Amino acid sequence: MQIEFLLEQVVNGLVLGGYYLLIALGLSLIFSVGGIVNLAHGAFYALGAYLSVEITKYLGFGPAVALSPVAVALLGILFERFILRRFYTADPILSLLVTFGLAMVAEQAIRMVWGAAPLSASIPPAFRGSVILGDFLFSRYRLLILAVVAAVLLAVWLLLHKTSFGRVVRAGIQRPDMVAALGIRLQPYMTAIVMLGVGMAALGGAFFAPIAIVHPAMGAEIITVAFVVVVIGGLGSFWGVVIAALLVGVVRGITIHFEPAAGEASIYILMFLVLLIRPRGLLGERIEKFE
Amino acid sequence: MIRHSRRTLLKVGAAFAGASTIGFPSIVLGQTEKIRIGHLTPLTGFLGAIGSYAQLGVKLAADEINQAGGIMGRQIDLISEDSVNPATASTKAQRMIEQDGAVVLLGEISSASSLTIMQVAERNKKVFFSTGARSDALRGKSCNRYTFHCDIPNTVMVNAVGTALLQKGMVKGKKFFTLTADYIFGHDLLKAAKTFFDANSANLIGDELIATDVTDFSPYLLKIRQAKPDVVCCNLAGNQVTNLVKQYAEFGFSYPLVGFNLNTGDAWAAGEGNLSGTWPTVWYHTLDNPVSKAFVAAFAKKYDKPPENHAWIDYVSLKLLAQAINEIKSTDTEALIAHFEKQAQFDIMKARKAYFRSWDHQLVQEAYPFTVKPKDQMKDKWDMLVLGDAVPEPSAPLETIYPTKAQNPCEMKA
Repeated sequence: MQIEFLLEQVVNGLVLGGYYLLIALGLSLIFSVGGIVNLAHGAFYALGAYLSVEITKYLGFGPAVALSPVAVALLGILFERFILRRFYTADPILSLLVTFGLAMVAEQAIRMVWGAAPLSASIPPAFRGSVILGDFLFSRYRLLILAVVAAVLLAVWLLLHKTSFGRVVRAGIQRPDMVAALGIRLQPYMTAIVMLGVGMAALGGAFFAPIAIVHPAMGAEIITVAFVVVVIGGLGSFWGVVIAALLVGVVRGITIHFEPAAGEASIYILMFLVLLIRPRGLLGERIEKFE
Repeated sequence: MIRHSRRTLLKVGAAFAGASTIGFPSIVLGQTEKIRIGHLTPLTGFLGAIGSYAQLGVKLAADEINQAGGIMGRQIDLISEDSVNPATASTKAQRMIEQDGAVVLLGEISSASSLTIMQVAERNKKVFFSTGARSDALRGKSCNRYTFHCDIPNTVMVNAVGTALLQKGMVKGKKFFTLTADYIFGHDLLKAAKTFFDANSANLIGDELIATDVTDFSPYLLKIRQAKPDVVCCNLAGNQVTNLVKQYAEFGFSYPLVGFNLNTGDAWAAGEGNLSGTWPTVWYHTLDNPVSKAFVAAFAKKYDKPPENHAWIDYVSLKLLAQAINEIKSTDTEALIAHFEKQAQFDIMKARKAYFRSWDHQLVQEAYPFTVKPKDQMKDKWDMLVLGDAVPEPSAPLETIYPTKAQNPCEMKA
């Protein structure tokens, strides 16, 4: 009986980890290619949630979760073109400061536009309730999120590994100077990576809006977990981030099963242990420009 | 003419220069006539959403008082800030008294922050109206004579919901599972709930303490399902109530969810069709009395939405303070305490008037259990609650739902 309950927590943790992945993967990509820790990443997540709540009012849930990430990705173009681009070669502290500042500006801007009171959002009726598969209980809605995450993951993997776009990006992560020497400008690729990254964050926000509170500070809440996932997974590694996200979800679930009070602390302890043993993260590659 | 203006210019310039050399903010010079009142409430964090309503409420009260001629003919200068956390709340309270010259303090929702402001008030011998904190301990073993408590305490919320649950046969012999906020407020609420369960032969089969930064409740929901309770009970606060309610609806469990704490703002944020069960409240904007209706209309006119219960309590509290200062014609701390300890009756927009109980300084008032209105009966998106009968019943004295002197270990040092 006990082992069954524990397994249930593990499976639930995997689902939650998949959701963290949506936010962490973009953060990791932007970091790997541009060398920038985008502390404003949470702001795009929050914006995704707010826009989807607004669009849902007029067009319904389906169009909202599709359109809101697209809108945020377009905003990502401006973000990359006018802000991030100036900091790729600058001292990392400057990009930290500017994205941190931007995160605060974005939070206040949301407060000015939508007010401090949270917006309300609900799951579409078709996805309410839970289903029991085998011995495990799943929320229907989270299964939907899982399916979407799996599809997004597959698409991103194919994009990075099976297209010429992906080859340039991966080469750019390792040897930007060589890429430049071959006569390829990395800047348009970077714009695309930022669009992809912030778009995925917005998708996460859009899907989480019906099951968690939509309020101005929601971006600040998610960025910490996403950052922990990226650090555990290691830079430059697609699968590192995937494994780390799932691991974080599972470790949290198991800890809450045995020692609920330590639930939120467990992911930081995990990060601490991983860094102690593998300072580069689980599958982190050696990247010359960051050494 | 030219001479005069040059002279004025020099004077003003000298004043500015003088002010800056002795380190005085020049703004103080022009405002010595005003009465400074310090207001603190959480505007960020898990209580930020309801705190923002509190700030709107207190600002409306200050505007109305000033338009009506102020207090003792002097305008109110309200300083309202984010209390952030207990340590910052304490620092800001001290600064408001020491540097800004606040004569009284009011506000707060977090019981942990309210406790630290209470200590600042005591140290500086200034009156503090703790408007939104609900922990019994603040009125009990931590009470002090400078602090007055305006919201209903945890015991009253438990009694309000408990009475309604008893009537529905949802208590005796039933198995309860509670989710409790892991800070002073939650611990205190759980204690009151346990007392109620014991007195009414209910079984508490599980309790989870939840850190205030938890947003995903799915692991806890699985534990609830494993425990198979009859009733699930929420002892959380702020955003966490909203998150739990949303995710409880997401999983669609058959065990009814009830709660011993809820603020209307958290219910509004939960979204359509997510909230169910029986909960307590201290005030709701549909209460049918003229004073309440006038307040709701004024608030809606200014802010384009109805007031939440924390907007109400901070509004009412500043009005009470202003009224008291006007009556005794002084902002002196001792005079104010003596005035409120006379147990004068105040209209707080409810059927029965309220008063501060002299020996523990809490505002004794009615409370209401509520259930959730079916969607097709809602007039607008704010019209979510069906208020139950006020507790205590009209024939019983208000104090019957409050802890007695024997139950409440409040001893005020002179």
